[in-house]
Amino acid sequence: MTAISAMSASKLAMHRRRKRVNAVGLALAFGAMAFGVFWLVWILFETIRLGGGGLNLALFTESTPAAMSDGGGLANAIYGSVVMVVVATLIGTPIGIFSGIYLAEYGAKGRLAAVTRFINDVLLSAPSLVIGLFIYELIVVPSGGASGWAGAVALALIVIPVVIRTTENMLNLVPHALREAAYALGTPKWKVISTVTLKAARAGVVTGILLAVARIAGETAPLLYTALSNQFFNSNLAKPMASVPVIIFNFANSAYPNLQRIAWAGVFLITLGVLGLNVAARVFFRNKN
Amino acid sequence: MAATLPAESALSNAKDSGRPPERRHNTPWGDALFSVLAHSAAWLTLAILAGIIGSLIVGAMPAMREFGISFLWHSEWDPVQDHYGGLAMIYGTLATSIIALLIAVPVSFGIALFLTEMSPGWLKRPLGVAIELLAGVPSIVYGMWGLTVFGPILATYVEVPLQSAFGNVPVLGTLFSGPPVGIGILCAGIILAIMVIPFIASVMRDVFEVTPPMLKESAYGLGSTTWEVVYNVVLPFTKTGVIGGIMLGLGRALGETMAVTFVIGNQSQLSQLTLFNAANTITSVLANEFAEAEGLHRSALLYLALVLFVITFIVLSLAKMLLMRLQRNEGART
Repeated sequence: MTAISAMSASKLAMHRRRKRVNAVGLALAFGAMAFGVFWLVWILFETIRLGGGGLNLALFTESTPAAMSDGGGLANAIYGSVVMVVVATLIGTPIGIFSGIYLAEYGAKGRLAAVTRFINDVLLSAPSLVIGLFIYELIVVPSGGASGWAGAVALALIVIPVVIRTTENMLNLVPHALREAAYALGTPKWKVISTVTLKAARAGVVTGILLAVARIAGETAPLLYTALSNQFFNSNLAKPMASVPVIIFNFANSAYPNLQRIAWAGVFLITLGVLGLNVAARVFFRNKN
Repeated sequence: MAATLPAESALSNAKDSGRPPERRHNTPWGDALFSVLAHSAAWLTLAILAGIIGSLIVGAMPAMREFGISFLWHSEWDPVQDHYGGLAMIYGTLATSIIALLIAVPVSFGIALFLTEMSPGWLKRPLGVAIELLAGVPSIVYGMWGLTVFGPILATYVEVPLQSAFGNVPVLGTLFSGPPVGIGILCAGIILAIMVIPFIASVMRDVFEVTPPMLKESAYGLGSTTWEVVYNVVLPFTKTGVIGGIMLGLGRALGETMAVTFVIGNQSQLSQLTLFNAANTITSVLANEFAEAEGLHRSALLYLALVLFVITFIVLSLAKMLLMRLQRNEGART
């Protein structure tokens, strides 16, 4: 009798200990989740609090002010950002889509495809600053100065791996029966790819492009030495061009409240834009599927 | 319709002569062109990587000749005397990344556990998206927030109390010495942690989800608690994938630029191994000094960039290989 009760007592103790470990572990997991969401909420809150107040019409109509002056806005930087992002997307997307097509439809299991896939994954996470340095050596030094073109090409190099990755993944999801049906009708390969598989994978590919745009819209490091900045409104891509992230960087450490106000307004705009694009890409993808 | 007419006539010709019909290519260049485009796009990706490495080596050549490999363990960074060693920045980069991982790995594990085992179904998606959005916030926003909001709070509520509590304890005292102003290695490490959590957490969540339900159900059937199932069944099963995810996060942390540049304090001297001191990482010194650098200074900076690229390349390759190995084993072990 005593032996049995002793055994069950130790078993009960073990049971209690296991339950305790479980409770603590799960509580910590819950805490970790709260920890992650907490930072997002805090950053968004501060962005709205500090950046929302700087919003006014002048932000969109006037160029960046000189250090001592009042007023001014981000018109030149917003324009520069939009132009460079659009040009970068136009350069990077076709290259990315064709590489993705190669990986999914031509190379598949070949050696070149395996190497390309590997290199692409490395480029996907490569430090963006180093990409900026590469374009500096490749374009800025030979052409004699920073330019909007150099900035756009640097951003395009960031677009390419993102688009390659999503295009390949999405093309791989297209059922083989669809391809076989098209081939059976005598369709040439390029037509099968462009009118059947790529069309079927359209939603995913567009999502990838949107995510790539979201990624480059907030990039600062690759633009620092390639596009530099410009205090004045400039629509010539061959000259240095302002962009919102670089202006934020330049104004952030400024002692003038006016410049800081504009920097925070820029932070607000860019966060809103980038997170908006992220959410839009997800909603778009879900609705299409 | 017009396109089919020649084909029909070819068919009737073939019938007449008794030969099989010839396959007609109405656009013989279409396939060739498309294939060339796809192949050259793939080659271009490889060329970009080769170009990045090549241009860094060419740019770093003068500094490599001048300082050789000992550049890596000399900490003197003196633009006035034109003498350079990279140890201070390499130390800064590694220290901030290690702090980031120490915080981010357990938190990411918790998030993945919560999302795969605990969260009610309707919350899974919004919470997952919230964590992914953390990765979407541009790094310059983290930088501004860290400099003006987080740094001062960290100084008042964490650094000052730590210093007064442990200031006289031998080892911890050194670790917590230095000016508690909220700018330096600790602050950069914490912000890096927040930035890499989404990358590590989403890989962990994805690999946890590919664990065969049979394994988990057997463990639950034997009376395991949720914690025991995740810690003793799911985690060992997905070990390689989890390490791959951590490597991926490490690669991100090493190469992060803007957020770190804002809060690291731009101090290229290696004085004490303390957490509160201002320092420099490879990326922040590049962001701060490259514009004004000339000659050997510029070359030394490119040498540092090359070191960074080689380290991240190795880390990311390891990550990729570990994740691939998990994928290969997926079918074998069930």
